[in-house]
Amino acid sequence: MIYLILFWEFFKIGLLAVGGGLATLPFLFELAEKYPWFDVKTLTDMVAISESTPGPLGVNMATYAGFSAAGISGGIVATLGLVVPSLLIIILLAKVMNRCRENCRVQRVFYFIRPAVVALILGASWHLAKLAVFDAKTALICLGMFAAVHYFKRSPILYICAGAVLGIVLKL
Amino acid sequence: MKIYLQLFWTFFKIGLFTFGGGYAMLPLLQDEVVRKKGWASENDLMDYYSLGQCTPGIIAINVATFIGYYRAGKSGATAATLGIVTPSVIVITLIAAVLQKFMANPYVAHAFEGISLAVVALIADMLLDLGRKNIRDWLTAAVFVIALGLMVIAGWSPAAVVLAAIAAGLIPQREKKQ
Repeated sequence: MIYLILFWEFFKIGLLAVGGGLATLPFLFELAEKYPWFDVKTLTDMVAISESTPGPLGVNMATYAGFSAAGISGGIVATLGLVVPSLLIIILLAKVMNRCRENCRVQRVFYFIRPAVVALILGASWHLAKLAVFDAKTALICLGMFAAVHYFKRSPILYICAGAVLGIVLKL
Repeated sequence: MKIYLQLFWTFFKIGLFTFGGGYAMLPLLQDEVVRKKGWASENDLMDYYSLGQCTPGIIAINVATFIGYYRAGKSGATAATLGIVTPSVIVITLIAAVLQKFMANPYVAHAFEGISLAVVALIADMLLDLGRKNIRDWLTAAVFVIALGLMVIAGWSPAAVVLAAIAAGLIPQREKKQ
């Protein structure tokens, strides 16, 4: 039964999470509040691990969330749920692709969806930030990290490793 | 049969060596799919990306499905898509299984407190980038503010917000036609 729920929830995510893998974050946040599968705090761990392991971010997050909910089969079911809407839609779309591309109504819809998705990601990450940043020390580290990310634009893995070292050294 | 295996294996390799989002996949696709296999041209790839971005679902999956479909139909699309997700499923399952045992260790717990700060910084940077690209005028800024309000104040689910944005985009635009 949990597999059916997992499949359905991730099917919805695959259908409605438009844009990059980060667009799945607000949906996962909702799942964390709705089901006892994983808590909001583990979402940051999921993002960290999904960023620093091979594979597209969105797929990794789905596998991780599914695994936390119902073990190995849960991870597989969640990933399949995420993938099926893409498969169906693209197969349908591939035939009419060129007609659709120039359709300005389609473009207009995406013109509306994208800023809404930015708002959703902001809302979900605000909660994650509140959990991670709880005093002056963590706020300072986070700001420093942001400056480093923003100006140097290195691989995320580097910052995640630096975060791990800082966490152990400063006993956060 | 051979083409399906080739599609699966090629996208398996791409999935294994992609770190991060769908854009990190682009150089690998150019090398494997365009240069080595000749399954798509550089321009095709750009088209798949722009469509993959504006169709529902994860960009990486959408692009894999496109290439697989044009190469070998529905089964080709399925083979390519399964190829790209399989490394994730294997690697993440292994890591999650190991990690859940070590989470009680204080060093691991400290490490993850530090990592969560890095993650917040990384997300903030990605959000800034997304905001700059997608909030470009008064209309998109208004959509952004309304969506944020619906989510934070009215407590709407992400799905409801996305559906509302789609509905708003479908309302015929009058001013431009006059």
